[in-house]
Amino acid sequence: MHIVVCIKQVPDSAQIRVHPVTNTIMRQGVPAIVNPYDLFALEEALRLKDRHAGRVTVLCMGPPQAEEALRKCVSYGADDAILVTDRAFAGADTLATSYALASAIRTVGTEQAVDLVFTGKQTIDGDTAQVGPGIARRLGLQLLTYVNRIVELDPVQRSITVERRAEGGVQVLRTALPCLVTMLENTNEMRFADMDQMVRAARFEVRKWNREAAGIQDPAKIGLKGSPTVVSKVFGPAARSQKSETISLDQSTARDAAFTMVERIFTRNPSLKHDLEERMQA
Amino acid sequence: MSETPIARKPAGRAGRSFELPEHLKVYRGVWVFIEHDRGTVNPVSWELIGEGRKLAATLGVPLAGVLMGGPQEPLERFASEAFGYGADLCYVMRDAVLAGYRNEPFTQGLTHLVQQYKPEIVLLGATTMGRDLAGSVATTLQTGLTADCTELAIDASNRALAATRPTFGGSLLCTIMTLAYRPQMATVRPRVMSMPVRTIGREGYIVEASLDLPEHAIVTKLIDFIADASSNRINLAYADVIVSGGKGLKNADNFRLVRELAQVLGGEVGASRPAVQAGWVEPERQVGQTGKTVRPKLYIAAGISGAVQHRVGMEGADVILAVNTDPNAPIFDFAHYGIVGNAIQVLPALTEAFRRHLSARQRQAA
Amino acid sequence: MKERFDAIVVGAGPSGNAAAYTMARAGLKVLQIERGESPGSKNVQGAILYSDALERIIPDFRDDAPLERHIIEQRMWVLDDRSFVGTHFRSDDYNKPPFNRYTIIRAQFDRWFSQKVRDAGAMLICETTVEHLLMDGGRVVGVHCDRLGGDVMADVVVMADGVNSTLARKAGFHPEIPAQNVALAVKEILFLPEETIQSRFNVGEEEGVVIEMIGKITEGLVGTGFLYTNKDSLTIGVGCILDDFKNNPQRTAPYAMLERMKRHPSIAPLIEGGDMKEYCAHLIPEGGFFAVPRVHGDGWLIVGDSGGFVNAAHREGSNLAMTTGRLAAETIIEARKEGWPMTAATLKGYKDRIDDSFVMKDLHKYRHLPAVLEKSPQFFSTYPELVNRAAQTMFTVDGGDKASKEREIRSSFRASRSLMGLMTDAYRLWRATR
Repeated sequence: MHIVVCIKQVPDSAQIRVHPVTNTIMRQGVPAIVNPYDLFALEEALRLKDRHAGRVTVLCMGPPQAEEALRKCVSYGADDAILVTDRAFAGADTLATSYALASAIRTVGTEQAVDLVFTGKQTIDGDTAQVGPGIARRLGLQLLTYVNRIVELDPVQRSITVERRAEGGVQVLRTALPCLVTMLENTNEMRFADMDQMVRAARFEVRKWNREAAGIQDPAKIGLKGSPTVVSKVFGPAARSQKSETISLDQSTARDAAFTMVERIFTRNPSLKHDLEERMQA
Repeated sequence: MSETPIARKPAGRAGRSFELPEHLKVYRGVWVFIEHDRGTVNPVSWELIGEGRKLAATLGVPLAGVLMGGPQEPLERFASEAFGYGADLCYVMRDAVLAGYRNEPFTQGLTHLVQQYKPEIVLLGATTMGRDLAGSVATTLQTGLTADCTELAIDASNRALAATRPTFGGSLLCTIMTLAYRPQMATVRPRVMSMPVRTIGREGYIVEASLDLPEHAIVTKLIDFIADASSNRINLAYADVIVSGGKGLKNADNFRLVRELAQVLGGEVGASRPAVQAGWVEPERQVGQTGKTVRPKLYIAAGISGAVQHRVGMEGADVILAVNTDPNAPIFDFAHYGIVGNAIQVLPALTEAFRRHLSARQRQAA
Repeated sequence: MKERFDAIVVGAGPSGNAAAYTMARAGLKVLQIERGESPGSKNVQGAILYSDALERIIPDFRDDAPLERHIIEQRMWVLDDRSFVGTHFRSDDYNKPPFNRYTIIRAQFDRWFSQKVRDAGAMLICETTVEHLLMDGGRVVGVHCDRLGGDVMADVVVMADGVNSTLARKAGFHPEIPAQNVALAVKEILFLPEETIQSRFNVGEEEGVVIEMIGKITEGLVGTGFLYTNKDSLTIGVGCILDDFKNNPQRTAPYAMLERMKRHPSIAPLIEGGDMKEYCAHLIPEGGFFAVPRVHGDGWLIVGDSGGFVNAAHREGSNLAMTTGRLAAETIIEARKEGWPMTAATLKGYKDRIDDSFVMKDLHKYRHLPAVLEKSPQFFSTYPELVNRAAQTMFTVDGGDKASKEREIRSSFRASRSLMGLMTDAYRLWRATR
């Protein structure tokens, strides 16, 4: 049983702080972490490995410093780690990224056939949830997204049964290996690496593949060149032309401010008052 | 979605003077994939029909709904609802393999439809089905897909779709275009666009389509569907009144004040991401870019700073009242009303004030 | 775990990296354990790199270390509310390579240094906290970490775990640092275009300025401010003795103090338009010579901030950290070569080395300064006022004669401090810095 887990190294947006005095958002000096959603995928893969005596290879497309993220995955128990890194990949949107990763997975498959590919639901920096489906399509793998539980994996029958989150309920789906699974968050709890695993990870030689080694056939499909979507501008949200009408507790007690405000809201929005009253009677 | 937020555009792809390649000019029309389940259309599809109507009008092209389902499903009824909301036509693809969503048959079906009828824009709701399907279809068609858009518009100079979404972990917004590929695909979260008005009696026409895919050729089987117990469903997305709490409440205990106000107003309890991360409320109550988008009539934000990632989840509310100790908090830039003070003191005062105001009328009516 | 190491270094800051690197290069089997997510994630520094200290560890560091600007000008300002009296020293000699001091950004620098440590062969693990030392009687034989199988044995443990160190305290080697022996400093990094920095500070490309400040900016508390030029950003900060912050009747929070300092009319124009992208706070040892604990024992050594090796008078800390780290490593390397056991007697070689170096010599020279400053807050409020007013009087041409102006200045000093007070202050200061 050979499982490939795709991970991404992302800035830790949870550590993006707001300055205590000026209230500006501090994005500099934010450490890079393994995309938290990917860890649920990795843990699930490791559990299957434990149960079915398999191998887990972690794969990441990123800049050289993404090696740290892969090393972290090795400390949890991944058997092999490959960093697909090349300047040519820069500026990739999800289509170009899925092309690069799919090519790399195909190449990994030539060393040992791949039975399962896991990805996290989405990344915390792009959060499109598009790369998993993209990889599946390119490799002709059955796609199971938003999986919250692996019900059964039968290596002999080469089948997998999962529970998949849908609107209003859970689908139980069964499909054949090889397939691609995107795991939901909070579906498992990541194990703690022990000291031996930490030191093993510290020693580990992460393999580095440039685009040739990754098996990229068509360079026009990677990086900026291979990206149909283009960011045309980045901007902050526009302030409304009118700032809010505020009452400050500097000039008023909480009680008075609340009463005045409620009064004002209801006077200006009579239909709102009407709606709320109806709800109270209902 | 680009990895580097501000991508350097290669020569010839600058937006303004871009000329669409000839073979892509034949792509015309705006499509909305209409998602449905067990007899009901997911309201996000109607929200997208409403938005699609505006885009189609700007472009001067027809708006079409796409309905795919099994033999027993009321697709014609859905189509006439779609016409009422503004669709000019509906493509209806009916087949036994389309009963219940599975990636393979739906991807093949939608891909074939696109290849046959060549729309320039395809919109889907950013639900688990929509995102699953959109990612597969976009990859098969080798075209651009922008996820979780908060705003859609047509760029006047080149008829391209300008899709805006949050970036940088939610602190800024970016506009993304798919210039040299068709169709341009986008997903939009429920409640981001407003529900359109339905015109009874508005008519359209149906184009039937078939899918040539036998069941035995589909590897994934749908074995069962376990519906959620309705009693423990938190329906934040469609709530009319929401009272949300954030980091300013200081601890889990104080969330009781939020619940009390919500109860008096007959509303739901929401929260900002930090409050959810601190474990003060269930994750389903998170409002914002990575939580739910809401469009209530009244949104009260207590102890919430109003950073972009929260803002994009609730700025569509009709009336926003913010409570924060910091007069410079970003929330006051877009809230309608504000009280500068400690939420822990203000919330009980508001609860009392609303109770008095509303029960006065009740006493009158009784 | 079963694997044994020659040495364990606790902490991946400058002192830990210096020790681990030096030992690894000499062929020792070194395990370095850092509690933060990555090296430097828990470190903060105004960010001046002293070449001399690093050269003695990595002679060719300039080849690839991330360096901001080399410093060619030092400014020392004594500030009043709306003015300052300053002394500048600028020399073109500082433009002759090899450069003596640089500004650095710690996050990048630590990452570089840590990579060097790993390239040298040391094993680094992060996100792992050493909870306590493993003892055999009075001898340290290893560390206990917060992971399964977390007991790791080694011949010697080098504690480089910073100002907040608890290891030595838990083992009973020294007591808790009192709040008057530590300062709380806050800093921000403000981004400005390179050209703007260069024209405002009158420097060319890659040249930098350091401004050290005392005076009314610390609102009467014992402390200093600083402003450093990086390539395309400025580091600005202020720090005061923690005890002073706690006992200050105004209860000014450190960040509020920094905000006020940024608005000072002499400082505001220098930082105008700066885009603030990072802020942080940290504790700095300030106790000086008398606060340095016992730093060696059976199977253990203490280096860097956790040993209180900071020269407050000259704002030097990272060079002392790197130097003590190196000297500890050299002691251990020699011991192994000679086949000596890692006992207190052997490791006393480390104490001897640091006593013989600028580290203890400088700390000894300024040993009375912390106590004197603590008893003399007038150096941070009254004298800055007097000095500024004296300068204002002297340099304002208003028809008064110069002799009268001088008399006015002299009498203002005497009135403020009395002749006795002035002489005592002078004496105390002389004694503290002799």
